[in-house]
Amino acid sequence: MDKILKMMSQRIGLGLITLLLVSMIIAGIVELLPGDMCQEILGQAATEETVANCRTENGLDRPFYVRYGEWLVGMVTGDMGKSLANKREIAELVGVRLGNTLFLAAYAAAISVPIALTLGILAALYRNSFYDRSVNVFTLSTISTPEFFVAYILILFLSVKAGIFPSISNIAPDHGFLDRLERSTLPAFTLTLVVVAHMMRMTRAAIINLLASPYIEMARLKGLKPGRIIVKHALPNALAPIINVVVLNLAYLIVGVVIVEVVFVYPGLGQLLVDSVSKRDFPVVQASSLLFAFTFIALNLLADILSILSNPRLLHPR
Amino acid sequence: MSDTTEKAPPQKGDVLLEMRGLRIEGRADEVWFEIVHGVDVTLKRGEVLGLIGESGAGKSTIGIAAMGFARDGCRISDGEILFEGQDLRKTPESELRKLRGNRISYVAQSAAASFNPAHKLIDQYCEAPTQHNVLSRSDAERDAVSLFRRLQLPDPENIVFRYPHQVSGGQLQRAMTAMAMSCRPDLIIFDEPTTALDVTTQIEVLAAIKDAVKQFNTAAIYITHDLAVVAQMADRIMVLRYGDLVEEGVTGPMVAEPQEDYTRDLLAVRTFSVEERARPESKPIVEVRNVTAQYRGAPTPVLHNVDFKIHKKRTVAVVGESGSGKSTTARVITGLLPPLEGEVLYDGQALPKDFRQRNKDQLRKLQMIYQMADVAVNPKQRIRDIIGRPLSFYLGLSGKKKEERIRELLSLIELEPDMFIDRLPSELSGGQKQRICIARALAAEPEMIICDEVTSALDQLVAEGILKLLTRLQDELDLAYMFITHDLATVRAISDEVVVMLQGRVVEQGPRTEMFTPPHHEYTDLLLSSVPEMDPNWLDGLLDRREQLAKEGRMVSGAGN
Repeated sequence: MDKILKMMSQRIGLGLITLLLVSMIIAGIVELLPGDMCQEILGQAATEETVANCRTENGLDRPFYVRYGEWLVGMVTGDMGKSLANKREIAELVGVRLGNTLFLAAYAAAISVPIALTLGILAALYRNSFYDRSVNVFTLSTISTPEFFVAYILILFLSVKAGIFPSISNIAPDHGFLDRLERSTLPAFTLTLVVVAHMMRMTRAAIINLLASPYIEMARLKGLKPGRIIVKHALPNALAPIINVVVLNLAYLIVGVVIVEVVFVYPGLGQLLVDSVSKRDFPVVQASSLLFAFTFIALNLLADILSILSNPRLLHPR
Repeated sequence: MSDTTEKAPPQKGDVLLEMRGLRIEGRADEVWFEIVHGVDVTLKRGEVLGLIGESGAGKSTIGIAAMGFARDGCRISDGEILFEGQDLRKTPESELRKLRGNRISYVAQSAAASFNPAHKLIDQYCEAPTQHNVLSRSDAERDAVSLFRRLQLPDPENIVFRYPHQVSGGQLQRAMTAMAMSCRPDLIIFDEPTTALDVTTQIEVLAAIKDAVKQFNTAAIYITHDLAVVAQMADRIMVLRYGDLVEEGVTGPMVAEPQEDYTRDLLAVRTFSVEERARPESKPIVEVRNVTAQYRGAPTPVLHNVDFKIHKKRTVAVVGESGSGKSTTARVITGLLPPLEGEVLYDGQALPKDFRQRNKDQLRKLQMIYQMADVAVNPKQRIRDIIGRPLSFYLGLSGKKKEERIRELLSLIELEPDMFIDRLPSELSGGQKQRICIARALAAEPEMIICDEVTSALDQLVAEGILKLLTRLQDELDLAYMFITHDLATVRAISDEVVVMLQGRVVEQGPRTEMFTPPHHEYTDLLLSSVPEMDPNWLDGLLDRREQLAKEGRMVSGAGN
């Protein structure tokens, strides 16, 4: 057990270091952008003097590392500063949006992960059959189609023609759970179509990779049914790669949803990021970028830890 | 088996399995070619049949065909496989599944690879009985413990709940035998069950298998390449070669008086031997002095005060079971594992502990040949590049000179240069690949070569060819060999001196003749007495003698693998 704890703390430490580096890169890039907050607020007509005053007021005339340090401490303690655009607390603004994004991601994951695993296991079981090929072709075509296109196709058929789901996912904080669910269904479907292929193909490959191993031959010679061989004997040993690809896709569901959010006007973090960039609302951009980075790193950390735990040699030492 | 027609209860002597005109094809590069050419096998209830032959003889393929099974890339193309009169080739897969693991079961060569690493032994044991509805889970668990005890596994109540990686190789092999017996099958296929084990462990597993097969009157097909082992186990032996039957007969007469030349060759294979040379007065070329070594992160050292010398033009065999520290000693000598204490002297001078601190000349003089020639050569390089690399690296040869030297070396290892120089390793047989590794070591013009189990992965006749080559090269080039092996027959054939290791310590060393004549150190004795002999009564006799010794309180045990 000590070994596992040691490995985990190592991974967590590495994750924190990565996060720190990312925060530096985010702050550094924003710093390099031409123009700053004061120029943005005061506009082109402002005199040198007013701009300088504004800078002193907001502490922008201090060196980069001091401001970076202050920002970092603020992020860690939850004080993210105020938005330039509407003067609201960023923490509040981002919190609601992050909640929405996580909701959508969880919804999409709840649909896509079971589907992907089932399809993958069945494809491994009936490999090279007609079923296997058609699933491969279908998932490959959905992953090769641009997300916005998939989104518009779904809107066309399920919303415009069939009228089952709303085409715009305008969610407000006062909406109930079922209402939210209904309004998020189309974006969740879109995301599902995008991520299923990757997870399904990895599940299939990881299982098939193991089918040549002696313990699978042993299972066959024990007269076990093919389904049991795949699920009981191959799957547990294929978990590490599968966990990795699932978590990578979960991360994508949170971090990579910008386009889908824009198409459906879904009030998520990605949407906020896009808006803030166009408004040059730097503090919000910085905060959301760091949150995205944090989610991505945390999920990968989770994948690492789960893979370690799926190895019986580590879990049950001699 | 409930049957509507009245059927006499099965009796010993009834035919259980009959394979007639069995033909099996294998596929390579999209072409099917025959690997078993019409073999007939008959097995009676309770009989043990030995299938013997070198790799490629088709023995494993035939054995597994008795379950109506062909490995991926193989197919049974012709013949009948009658199990209790039922033709398995005409039986649908779903019915075959009911036989497999239940009436016919299989014990694989490597238990470590054939147990699923993700499940406990008990879960894997109970799978066949519960899936075939032979026993309930709780009955199967109870049965597992009693079978594990019968097969002399230590602490059976607890060992069943371990994971495969928590159990040693010999124990796993016995656990697999127990698993094969879980449904009390009529037939068990043993596919080289002791080949991967140390001699001392092999004895225990052989004894356990023999006892269990006799106890439950199970018929068995025992597949091995070792005639001495099969002589202990089988009532009848079939000798196979290239997918054809060479000779078939009752064990005793067959071993005493083989009819065919090929069988005689297999029997005679251990007779090759070179004269032992007297220990020279000169300084040793390599001296391992009081070496204690430890792997990074390991709690205890793996080598303790290892101390021996190797002289010019002599062969020092280092023997011991797996885990005894033989290969680790080689790693210390080559500088791959710097020792904690002690040193390695070359020509009386201490070598730097880490190979990175050694100069090119020091590196050149010490070369290595490995067990797995397959993985010791780069599969993407042609023979010319494999042998040419040390020539340019150590000796700075290039162009025409290098080409000439490569051809010389190929001739030296008895491979026709024009035929082999442009080949890839995948176009060579196992023995030829090992010869290439020897040529690569020779290219550096070394003074000493460390041979780490170089013949273990080869068939007996091929291995003998390699040993003869090494001996000839030693005479011609005045080489010193450190010969790491667990095979005492090899030691007896070519060594001048023997170093016996146990658990990281040298327990005994001396000239070969001395080491092979009693009195020995107790452990050396255990090792020597564990080497199977052709006499079919050898195993029973040995076990009786050991039991006698145990009663007198003189029990020696091996490394416990």
